[in-house]
Amino acid sequence: MRRVARSLFILAALAAAPSAFAHAFLDHADPRVGSTVDHAPRRATLWFTQQLEPAFSKLKVLDANGNEVDAKDGGVDAHDRTVMHATLPALAPGKYRVEWRVLSTDTHVTSGGFTFEVRR
Amino acid sequence: MKEVPVRFMLAAVALAGAQGALAHGFAGQRFFPATIATDDPFVADELSLPTVSRRTLAAEGDSPAVRETAASVDLAKRITSSFGIEVGATWLDQRGAEGTQRGFDNWALGAKYQFYLDERHESIASVGVDWDMGNTGAKSVGAETFSTVTPALFVGKGFGDLPSSMQYLRPLALTGSVGIGMPSRSGTTTVDEDGNASKELHPHTVNVGLALEYSLPYLQSFVKDVGLREPFNRLIPIVEFDLSKPYDRGAGPWTGTVNPGLLWAGRYVQLGLEAVIPVNHATGGGTGVVFQLHFFIDDLFPKSFGKPLL
Repeated sequence: MRRVARSLFILAALAAAPSAFAHAFLDHADPRVGSTVDHAPRRATLWFTQQLEPAFSKLKVLDANGNEVDAKDGGVDAHDRTVMHATLPALAPGKYRVEWRVLSTDTHVTSGGFTFEVRR
Repeated sequence: MKEVPVRFMLAAVALAGAQGALAHGFAGQRFFPATIATDDPFVADELSLPTVSRRTLAAEGDSPAVRETAASVDLAKRITSSFGIEVGATWLDQRGAEGTQRGFDNWALGAKYQFYLDERHESIASVGVDWDMGNTGAKSVGAETFSTVTPALFVGKGFGDLPSSMQYLRPLALTGSVGIGMPSRSGTTTVDEDGNASKELHPHTVNVGLALEYSLPYLQSFVKDVGLREPFNRLIPIVEFDLSKPYDRGAGPWTGTVNPGLLWAGRYVQLGLEAVIPVNHATGGGTGVVFQLHFFIDDLFPKSFGKPLL
């Protein structure tokens, strides 16, 4: 019985671990994934489920033609290594795509992207 | 040492470690969960402990229908980033009109080689072979006295490349396999108490596995943030089809199950619960259930057991 209780405790601890995945996944973003915003955001911020290695984690924002429109400063936050930022200029109305490729501190690489739209 | 060489070495070490890690259930931005009833196309470091199922098996020949509870363990280990081996064992408890039988089924060994990966189109393909090792289990629970070798092709495809007009279908993904089960003997002859001989034929079989899943993590992270939070943002509704058909030596009908259920992918473990619905009377009666606790060894031990050996 004691062994069962210990096993259940370990399982619960593993399942309830604070970060969602050992691989770094996008938890949420601002602007939100797939959203339409009324006003052009001044920067894109992404929150990940794992701490990232700054030297090997990249973030960029592209316009509808695939041109990079951010200030090419996309990277990991100096104080919180689960967060990435990229500074944006005054974006014209249209669709934009955020792309990232990150290396988590346990050496797993993940990549992905999402779109958002600026209405005006 | 100067800063540049140190950074260079760190980069080399990090990328060397990261390269192998890509193999674990990923094709581009797509995370494929481990499936329960069917085999997925990934070469990975994973442990299923346990997989527990309960279902009613159909009567076969002189054998009456039995209520079967199975508990199994499966371990998959990468040798290289694209080649891995698997081993599995299953304990069975069968209860029927003739009493209760308990014991281990035959051991299973397998190997898989991932030969294709297209990250952009979230596509993957592998070939593998499974060896059900005859005479390694208990005859009382029906473990065969002959071996069956099953070469198979495995594929996976995520639909993240669908056009934006179909964006809510992008979280869909499909994995599947087709294999040919080849028994080591064409038949087994038995002689009863009266000296009458009878021969049971062992046909070749076509084995088909299919899993269709809708990934809520994919929806949240890559398509549209619909506001799901834990634990719902980690759920993956799934339906699996596990089918088999003998095609020679007294071929029989298709048998198999359809398994609708839910997977929940956490940081180190995945939980899965599925109903087990027989496709016909030849498969069995009533709806069963299967539960699985699955460990991501490469996430638990990324710098030791969770790495490819070579």
